[in-house]
Amino acid sequence: MTSSRNGAGEPVAVTGIGVVTSLGVGIADNWQKLTSGQSGIRRITRFPTDALRTTIAGTVDFVPVDPFSSADLTERLADMAAEQAVGQAAIGAKGDFPGPLFVAVAPIEIEWHHREIVRADVQSNSDVTYDDLLRATASGRFRPLHERLMMGSVAWHLADRFGTKGSPVSLSTACASGATAIQLGVEAIRRGDADVALCIGTDGSVNPESLIRFSLLSALSTANDPPEAAAKPFSKNRDGFVMAEGAAALVLESLDHAKARGASILGVIEGCGEMADSFHRTRSSPDGKPIIGCMRNAITDAGVIPDDIDYINPHGTGTSENDKMEHLGVATLFGERAKTIPISSNKSMIGHTLSAAGAVEAVFTLLTLEHQRLPPTINYKIPDPAIPLDVVPNVARDAKVRHALSNSFGFGGQNVSLVIGREPM
Amino acid sequence: MAEAARETWITGIGIVSCLGEGPAIHWQRLNEAPPQPEMQAFAPYIVHPLAPIELDKQIPKKGDQRQMEAWQRIGTYAAGLALDSAGAKGNADLLTRMDMIVAAGGGERDEAVDAAVLSGLSRTERPGAFLNERLMGDLRPTLFLAQLSNLLAGNISIVHGVTGSSRTFMGEESAGVDAVRIARARIAAGQSDIALVGGAYNGERRELLLLFAFAGHALKNRFAPVWERAADGGGLALGSLGAFLVLEAREHAEARNAKPLARLTAVLSGRSDRRGGSTAALAHMWQDLADRLTPERLAVISGASGAEPATGAEREWLATIPDIPVRATGTYLGHGLEPQFPMNIALATLALGHETLFPPGDSSGVEREMRGGVDQIVVTGVGHWQGEGMALVERVR
Repeated sequence: MTSSRNGAGEPVAVTGIGVVTSLGVGIADNWQKLTSGQSGIRRITRFPTDALRTTIAGTVDFVPVDPFSSADLTERLADMAAEQAVGQAAIGAKGDFPGPLFVAVAPIEIEWHHREIVRADVQSNSDVTYDDLLRATASGRFRPLHERLMMGSVAWHLADRFGTKGSPVSLSTACASGATAIQLGVEAIRRGDADVALCIGTDGSVNPESLIRFSLLSALSTANDPPEAAAKPFSKNRDGFVMAEGAAALVLESLDHAKARGASILGVIEGCGEMADSFHRTRSSPDGKPIIGCMRNAITDAGVIPDDIDYINPHGTGTSENDKMEHLGVATLFGERAKTIPISSNKSMIGHTLSAAGAVEAVFTLLTLEHQRLPPTINYKIPDPAIPLDVVPNVARDAKVRHALSNSFGFGGQNVSLVIGREPM
Repeated sequence: MAEAARETWITGIGIVSCLGEGPAIHWQRLNEAPPQPEMQAFAPYIVHPLAPIELDKQIPKKGDQRQMEAWQRIGTYAAGLALDSAGAKGNADLLTRMDMIVAAGGGERDEAVDAAVLSGLSRTERPGAFLNERLMGDLRPTLFLAQLSNLLAGNISIVHGVTGSSRTFMGEESAGVDAVRIARARIAAGQSDIALVGGAYNGERRELLLLFAFAGHALKNRFAPVWERAADGGGLALGSLGAFLVLEAREHAEARNAKPLARLTAVLSGRSDRRGGSTAALAHMWQDLADRLTPERLAVISGASGAEPATGAEREWLATIPDIPVRATGTYLGHGLEPQFPMNIALATLALGHETLFPPGDSSGVEREMRGGVDQIVVTGVGHWQGEGMALVERVR
């Protein structure tokens, strides 16, 4: 491992990015809408919303998947994002990407429509049980469901399509997954295991059961009208996050490798930090130590100090708990500067893209650095006096940004932070 | 990259399965008892249920036990055994620096709720609304936390205090291989000093049987050792297991006076072509290890599941190294997907400690008596549908 700078890891170049969110497909469309403060949150039309407390989401409805399957949409979104990223990086031949694949993906499960397809083959009008479903498999008609429902299927299909090298890694660190995928790519390159890596976060989870699970944990906003005003990170009247779909892909490359082939360097991942929280399954340690330690680890790994951070792309979900704890962490680590460092939540516009969020927001942070322009936190009408932060309220603005911190925190005590910067001179 | 890779030791193992808990009972049962699969409970499907364990010994708070479903309890329990074995339990300084990679499935279901909802769906005129109403009313809020794949790692952090880092890999057998591979690679490269790596599986679940039954992979009706199932079309018998390893840089272990149970010299993983590619992939991996192998005191512990064509492909490769003794543990333990590979590394560690193998478990000619002792074990892991893995585990003299 090359430790070129005092205790820090080697910076890793980003040479291709791709993104799909409820705002649209591709970098240009997403960036234009993000900086004009548009929301991608809408009423759910994919399935009936009777009896639900939350009836809105950041669904990606413009990618047709019929019959709807979260596994299929998740794979399709990843495919679209990867196509853009690999195309931009202009590396390898088509279908022959010269490095490993790390995919942050929501756990694949048997979905209700799968169970219903099998049930339709059960020869009985009375109550059905899993034993009946098991018997119905004897026909062999459901063989394709096996592969579709393997946890590794999304990554394996992507590996086949893009020709990535080695065993593709599917991973989950809940809502930090996308950042973990990037971290694994950075580590593989720093170890010298690879010159280049394809890192993806993808999530197409808006289906009834997934929505209801979050709803039962009281994590979701129920401010359904109007949908675009529901996500209110850091506001006093914030009432939960908004589930959303999307994907982002990054081609990571060692700086030397990128320079040697004359690749255009979009930015660099300067540092990665991590610290797990042992306090509770869904809540952060009240002292904020794991969050603080996580951010500090990323900053140290980047070879900078907190004073060098010009912008924070927060986890910023808009739940009461997250925003309070994230503020505590930022205030503790950055001291007086916490009040003046701009910190704006992409989730106010695109919702919480869950397993994809860390990757999607890393891509938006790279664009923030490239354009030297901060996307806003929209729906910021009622500031929370307990959270005195410059959230770039409602309107984008220009700023000088050299080093940005991107936070991702998830259920199960998962915390990952990335420090992202511009190409070193 | 210029500096030499650091040696990686296995300084702790924690295992639970249908054979029991811990190394001693595993070794004893592998040596003395024939496989005892459960034929009735899920008939016609055959599974290997977890032996009874006293959860309180590793998960002291009942509240924690209640927050988990079976697969998480099995894993949290096995992780605790591994930390005990490594002398790391309760050592806050060590645990807050300890990295963790868990290989996990997930999605534990409430079978009764699923069946009731599915039954009702066929009778209602408004299925969408019905589904919403029933799920809103019938799902336990905490069940979600038992379904999330990363919540085994989360529970290990909470119960045992491992917080240096926490990553969860998914993707069946390959997840277990890559978890061990990357944990070892990080240690070798100096990115990590000590890591807890492993996984858990609850093989006593109908909705998981369903997943494998879709493709005809779930073994039913007649039990046979994994190498002898091809005539009936092959099949894997799901097994409940938990397996964790503590991997540690040699210098780190020596500094805290921790003893090596074995050395983890290499871990390889691969993605071969879909059909029949595993034979060539295993041959390539073996070739990569070849100059480190001493055939006279070498054995293979295979992760063969019994599913075809994967098991046949491995058998074909094994035929190319006829002089090396082979043992498949799946015959005894069943197949637990993600933790299978870490489990087999743990069992290899155990065999190296005894300097011998357990007796052959099949009559088809793949497994033969061992002559002499063993200093090196190559562990294989061929996924039942995808992926190959191989590790070299060595005795530390």
